[in-house]
Amino acid sequence: MSRQPYVRPLSKTTWYMRNGRYKRYMLREVTCILVAIYCFISIVGLAALADSPERWAEFLAEFTGPGWVVFHALSLVFYLFFMTFDWFKLAPKAMPLQLGDQKLPDQFIVIGHYVAWIVVTLAIFWLTGVI
Amino acid sequence: MELEVMRYDPEKDDAPWFQSYSVPCEEDWAILDAINYVKENIDTTLSYRWSCHMMVCGSCGMMVNGEPSLTCKTFIRSLPDKVRIEPLENFPIERDLVVVLDDVMQKLHKVQPYIIRKDDPPENEEYQQSRGALAKFKQYTMCINCMCCYSACPQYGLSNDFIGPAALALAHRYNLDSRDQGKSQRLDILADHDGVWDCSFVGACSEVCPKDVDPAAAIQQMKIDGAMEFWKQKLGFPGGKS
Repeated sequence: MSRQPYVRPLSKTTWYMRNGRYKRYMLREVTCILVAIYCFISIVGLAALADSPERWAEFLAEFTGPGWVVFHALSLVFYLFFMTFDWFKLAPKAMPLQLGDQKLPDQFIVIGHYVAWIVVTLAIFWLTGVI
Repeated sequence: MELEVMRYDPEKDDAPWFQSYSVPCEEDWAILDAINYVKENIDTTLSYRWSCHMMVCGSCGMMVNGEPSLTCKTFIRSLPDKVRIEPLENFPIERDLVVVLDDVMQKLHKVQPYIIRKDDPPENEEYQQSRGALAKFKQYTMCINCMCCYSACPQYGLSNDFIGPAALALAHRYNLDSRDQGKSQRLDILADHDGVWDCSFVGACSEVCPKDVDPAAAIQQMKIDGAMEFWKQKLGFPGGKS
């Protein structure tokens, strides 16, 4: 009897289409492109702010068009679902806490992240005069 | 129930193909019972692995409708009338539902999954370990090497160089053991290119594990350990290597 193991081919470009779990992972990873674009926009905005009030006004005017509004809305959805919610859910895996003999339930760590998120958001709103 | 089973005979077939079997199932059967029925009553040529039928031996891992599953734990009543059974993905097929596991066996060995001591072990007495110290790693001892996690891991599917979930979880199990002193010795292997950093945290390994082990968590924790060790050494902290 001879051994001739058969290796099933796996597409290097479309492997993630095999199931919903992989597709969700890819959506999470693709969010980094939006983050990169957002970082670039922020740098351009900072440069405009540093330059002059007129440049800053131009910069703001540019981002009120419908295309950019759609981009911002899309980014927000991706950030929330695939960065914030997903990463907060995964946080207890990377940072488990044990008190005495017992592991702290995952929900405590997740809720801690949400509380910190809300506190930081409110602090930014307060510092920037929104509230 | 109709079972569509992947068949491959290395002496006759160029590629795998599917064969259908109609199986009169009882309501309390697991998929493994249906496969055993085929073997005993319909087709004796079907090859597959199994042993204990009680989620201990880890031999009956297969793809059930595309999901890596322990077939003794996957019940007929939770599935549609037509079920597709394939050998575990990401492994070469030896014959029918039997896969080649040589690669992961080497990887399990490579991570040094045993207690390493620098000091002498206690003389004429057992190692002392508190309940809390045991709780830190106990879930990782539940792994039965069914390899469902490797089958679910796209990173391992794309590159077999990756050490992979079960072996890394096993390494973490010993790193967390209060009796062990081999963490830095293992770190050289685990923090290498094919170690923890090859994991992109898809998390599928933990989702499919039939024993509720969490290899994805182990790998992320080892990434933190590896990064801490790196900076300790860079900044010259004492005890940079534990």
